[in-house]
Amino acid sequence: MALNSEVRKAIAEGSKRIIIDGVMGQRYIGSAAKAKDLYVAIKGTPGNDLGAFLDGPTIEVFGNAQDMTGNTMSSGRIVVHGNAWDVTGLSLRGGRILVRGSSGFRVGIHMKEFGKERPAIVIGGTTGDYLGEYMAGGNILVLGEGVPEGESPVGSFIGTGIHGGSIYVRGKVEKHQLGMGASISDLGAEDVKLLDELITDFENAFNVKVERDWSKFTKIKPLSSRPFTGRFDSTAIWN
Amino acid sequence: MSEGDQTAKRKDPESIYRNVIHEKFKPSIDRNLCIKCKRCVKECSFGALEWDDDGIRYKGNCVACQRCVATCPVKAIDIVHLPTQYPPHASYTERVRQAITAQATSGGVLLSSCGTDMPYGMIFDDLILDSAQVTNPSIDPLREEVETRTYVGRRTGKITLSSDGYITGSEATSPIVAMDMPLMIGHISLGAVSYNTQLALLQAAKNLHILAGSGEGGLHSDFFPFAENVIGEVASGRFGVTADYLQRTAAVEIKIGQGAKPGVGGHLPGEKVTELISSSRRIPLGTDALSPYPHHDIYSIEDLQQLIAALKESTEHRVPVGVKIAAVHNVGAIASGVVRAGADFITLDGFRGGTGSSPRVIRDHAGLPIEVATAVVDKRLTAEGLRNRITLIAGGSIRSSADMIKVIALGADVASVCTSALIAMGCQVCQSCHRGVCAWGITTQRPDLVSRLDPAIGAARVTRLYTAWNEELKEVLGAMGIDAVESLVGNRDRLRYFGPNPKIAEVMGVKHVGEGWG
Ligand code: SF4
Ligand code: SF4
Repeated sequence: MALNSEVRKAIAEGSKRIIIDGVMGQRYIGSAAKAKDLYVAIKGTPGNDLGAFLDGPTIEVFGNAQDMTGNTMSSGRIVVHGNAWDVTGLSLRGGRILVRGSSGFRVGIHMKEFGKERPAIVIGGTTGDYLGEYMAGGNILVLGEGVPEGESPVGSFIGTGIHGGSIYVRGKVEKHQLGMGASISDLGAEDVKLLDELITDFENAFNVKVERDWSKFTKIKPLSSRPFTGRFDSTAIWN
Repeated sequence: MSEGDQTAKRKDPESIYRNVIHEKFKPSIDRNLCIKCKRCVKECSFGALEWDDDGIRYKGNCVACQRCVATCPVKAIDIVHLPTQYPPHASYTERVRQAITAQATSGGVLLSSCGTDMPYGMIFDDLILDSAQVTNPSIDPLREEVETRTYVGRRTGKITLSSDGYITGSEATSPIVAMDMPLMIGHISLGAVSYNTQLALLQAAKNLHILAGSGEGGLHSDFFPFAENVIGEVASGRFGVTADYLQRTAAVEIKIGQGAKPGVGGHLPGEKVTELISSSRRIPLGTDALSPYPHHDIYSIEDLQQLIAALKESTEHRVPVGVKIAAVHNVGAIASGVVRAGADFITLDGFRGGTGSSPRVIRDHAGLPIEVATAVVDKRLTAEGLRNRITLIAGGSIRSSADMIKVIALGADVASVCTSALIAMGCQVCQSCHRGVCAWGITTQRPDLVSRLDPAIGAARVTRLYTAWNEELKEVLGAMGIDAVESLVGNRDRLRYFGPNPKIAEVMGVKHVGEGWG
């Protein structure tokens, strides 16, 4: 927390580039920071809730991030050169999170979109279960780097309750991995354009090359934007 | 039966089953008085009335909302309770049979709104207040100051003493917010209610110098001028929760649960997600606004502690951060965990609390009455030495100043109200909010209906109502010989139980009528 007040002080004084070295699990770094042109570099391992409620700045982590990276973020950019653990990008409303390595469970739960605000999460490696649960918009891309042919880079219960947005996975996804309300669909030209842009961003961020064999990508999208229509009965009943 | 009806019957062989769901109410129109102005047809947003060549015809589905009654220029309409009777049965009541019939038809989860109407009985009505006589003189609130100012936030402070022991200064060491009375308007979201309704509520809160909850829909930019009277809610859907929102409001509250639907998420149907709602919640037009059942970053008290800390960091420790929980069986232990997790205030929502839409099975069957929950939490936190750290807000069926006074004596610092504010603006508690066509323009997004509520009039009515309650509070405090409402908080000795079940009194720590002091 002392670290955060130092960071806040530097932002208030107009710093545009902040480099934090030797970070060892400090939480909430950069939370609710708003300056669009602010860049924060973190060397070491930031703690949970990195960049929570972030609205504009770019945070780059040279190391692993922990849970809830970019929690309820509105805009900005978080780039993680290592892994990011559970609940990455919860309720992401805008901006982008790029993770070079893998992420854990519950990635991108309840992301949303509005107008031009289209949040995106790109994970280089794998994710665990509950990917994109309750998703209401935006895009998730899991690249599955290093996953052997025939194995899936994602877990089970993908997109349970999804009612907006899309999840793209490079590698195998079987029907039984999908949650209620999610379905597998083919890639269209729009999807390819979007994927190409996301992958290019990923390549530039980490200085890597990603193979673009579109036949290896699976798209998961909602069955409906109103998943619970027909589930309820409004009959008036009185004593 | 006309030929048309017979055709309909052949086409819909199940209609005979549905038809046993009785109409409960019916507008009765005095044909001698009716001037055939057709106003009632326009006013009834439930589509219950239509104009037939020779007059007004009732089509069915009246919910007794009284809108046609209130707007008929010649007072020709009465709503009557229909005499149709089910064969009487004490366990298979009409309600039970109607629910079965409806679900056999729809296969759906039954929805309703408002607080539960189940006849559980109100414990508030079994509690009697004390008054001062002879040995402790009463106070005349017209002549003497009776303090009703109340603070929301963590109760920590620093007192400075002079070398000879006099207090020379005092300051709060955590952020607190002052209100002119121990009452706040609870969380009612833009989405559940109309723009005009939220505007009226916020204006009333400002007039009264109290707080009002934002509900889980964020804060529309038009309402920023009211931000210092708003507790900004952070619910599981995180709708409208931005850095700006958090840094603008007077306090922040994490909503874990709601009394009317403990453990259940929110579901604002796509019909209500109009342009206005879609832009304030930042979701696409016409999609369902779903709030997940739990917060997916809170699976434990430790996780809660983390979100509380994240919010405090995000607001630079300038505003109190609280947690709202539904009153459930283990509420004492949960509240204790919430305080230990760092909450500055706890909002307890009792099982009769209101809702814009909730599954009936939860609304009617889950939770704990606020009277018991408040007393249990106050006792538990006191026993653990935690009570003085936090502000305890209690809501969920506070219907009158008497309820407000009783809930404070049971242990709350602040009473939270919602339904009474809506009743002040015309609501008749018809339990139809979830249908989105409130005839009073409250729980609807339909522009023609929204315009029925004039926000200035609404605000004035709500302001008058709670001003009156605060005057009544002063009367009662004076009669008890208490000069500041703070001294009533948790003062269960000023209550006596006069109800059917003394065990309830024991659980609440309230003496039975007839038992004296000490
Ligand atoms: S306006 Fe209300 S009370 Fe009148 S008929 Fe319609 S539903 Fe019934
Ligand atoms: S807000 Fe409207 S629909 Fe809801 S109970 Fe009141 S009058 Fe009925």
